[in-house]
Amino acid sequence: MSKRVGILALQGDFAEHIEAFSSLDCTVTAVKRPDDILECAALVIPGGESTTIGKLCQRFGVGEAILELNQRGAPIWGTCAGMILLAKEIKGSAQWRLGLMDITVQRNAFGRQVESFETDLPIEGIAGGPVRAVFIRAPFVTRTGEGVEVLARFEDKIVMVRQGNLLATAFHPELTDDSRVQQHFLGMIEAKQ
Amino acid sequence: MSEKSTWRNKVGLAEMLRGGVIMDVTNAEQAKIAEDAGAVSVMALERVPADIRAEGGVARMADLKIIEQIMETVTIPVMAKCRIGHFAEAQVLEALGVDFIDESEVLTPADENFHVWKHDFKVPFVCGCTNLAEALRRIGEGAAMIRTKGEAGSGNIVEATRHMRAVMTGIERLKGLRTEELMTEAKNMGAPFDLVKEVSETGKLPVPNFSAGGIATPADAALMMQLGAESVFVGSGIFKSEDPEARALAIVHATTYYEDPAEVVRACKGLKGAAMPGIDVASLPEEERLATRGW
Repeated sequence: MSKRVGILALQGDFAEHIEAFSSLDCTVTAVKRPDDILECAALVIPGGESTTIGKLCQRFGVGEAILELNQRGAPIWGTCAGMILLAKEIKGSAQWRLGLMDITVQRNAFGRQVESFETDLPIEGIAGGPVRAVFIRAPFVTRTGEGVEVLARFEDKIVMVRQGNLLATAFHPELTDDSRVQQHFLGMIEAKQ
Repeated sequence: MSEKSTWRNKVGLAEMLRGGVIMDVTNAEQAKIAEDAGAVSVMALERVPADIRAEGGVARMADLKIIEQIMETVTIPVMAKCRIGHFAEAQVLEALGVDFIDESEVLTPADENFHVWKHDFKVPFVCGCTNLAEALRRIGEGAAMIRTKGEAGSGNIVEATRHMRAVMTGIERLKGLRTEELMTEAKNMGAPFDLVKEVSETGKLPVPNFSAGGIATPADAALMMQLGAESVFVGSGIFKSEDPEARALAIVHATTYYEDPAEVVRACKGLKGAAMPGIDVASLPEEERLATRGW
């Protein structure tokens, strides 16, 4: 049976993530209810507003479902807002988060929207040259704990990390036609099976 | 090579706001209430549309001090409105650092012939439309997000419905046309050919399409989402109601689970007072209709 990848569709650019996975070797589906989340082999938390997605996770039991999915060892990938929600610590903020990855993130770390940018980013473990990375009001990682692997940096700032089954990117691979980061994530599911 | 404020950065921010509620606020305290309720963004204004309508006079870009206070108070993106064609107001808002500019018919137009050339700016723009052709003209000028106009400050959903249906029907129509028909169609619509062709091929707008102008209840939000809106703007609907905190939460709830009536029922049960007073749009004289501003 093909791998069932859920895209958390409470809020954010979930449609772009679905599109990006649609031609790859998996079954991709939008999920926003606890029961649907628990049926997935892996989950993507999209870009969006981390405060909004966090509040919805808290209000509708979605956060608990994601924590349970993590307990089962399912790979989870967070992009931008998703990275913030995966982090254990958020600099200067008490907002709700899943807190699964031993990292500290700083929100809007590159500045407001007019500072948003894209760049060519080399990524550890991804062959074929740098990926075009789109950063939008993006966070970066200011601290990594034990077992956290740094996969990419932009001007010394940590923008991609992995810890076991958890993957986080400060940028948006779903906004380009390059699917190498998605392939990398699917590889994490295969390695587990 | 690194590049700032690309088209992908601009449209990307609009995409990040999908499935959410953008709320009009007039001060930092309201902005906090909006953020706490789960708003994806706030629109900083001097007066909400219902008050602009009631008080009359010239409605301009908001006081910069108010916008700055709101930017300091919340971490979600802050939008602000400039008058149609007033590119100097837009320059000021960009320099201030707002995250999105709404070139809005809610304010008194500064130019009756020309909208702002939005490609020249680093900050993304959202513009209103009443049909597909108007949407494509604004996108052609550089709008990274479209919202249907509705009738702001009316508390009446009828115009929002009309405009959303017009856009969606227009897209369906283009999908059915053959390639050789598209140039004539572009001429008749008064819309840029390249965008007409793109919509015909992809079956969707090249930028996200949100809904505005008249949303006052959770069911209004669910209606617009089911008609094809990707997010909703709520202007007067929250802070002109009797229960802003509860109403903000309820509209966010209904927008998230818009396709499930049982959830919309749950959202409505959270309400604690009456919705904003509404206006029968049919009774509004032509010159008081905001949706006719812009072209």
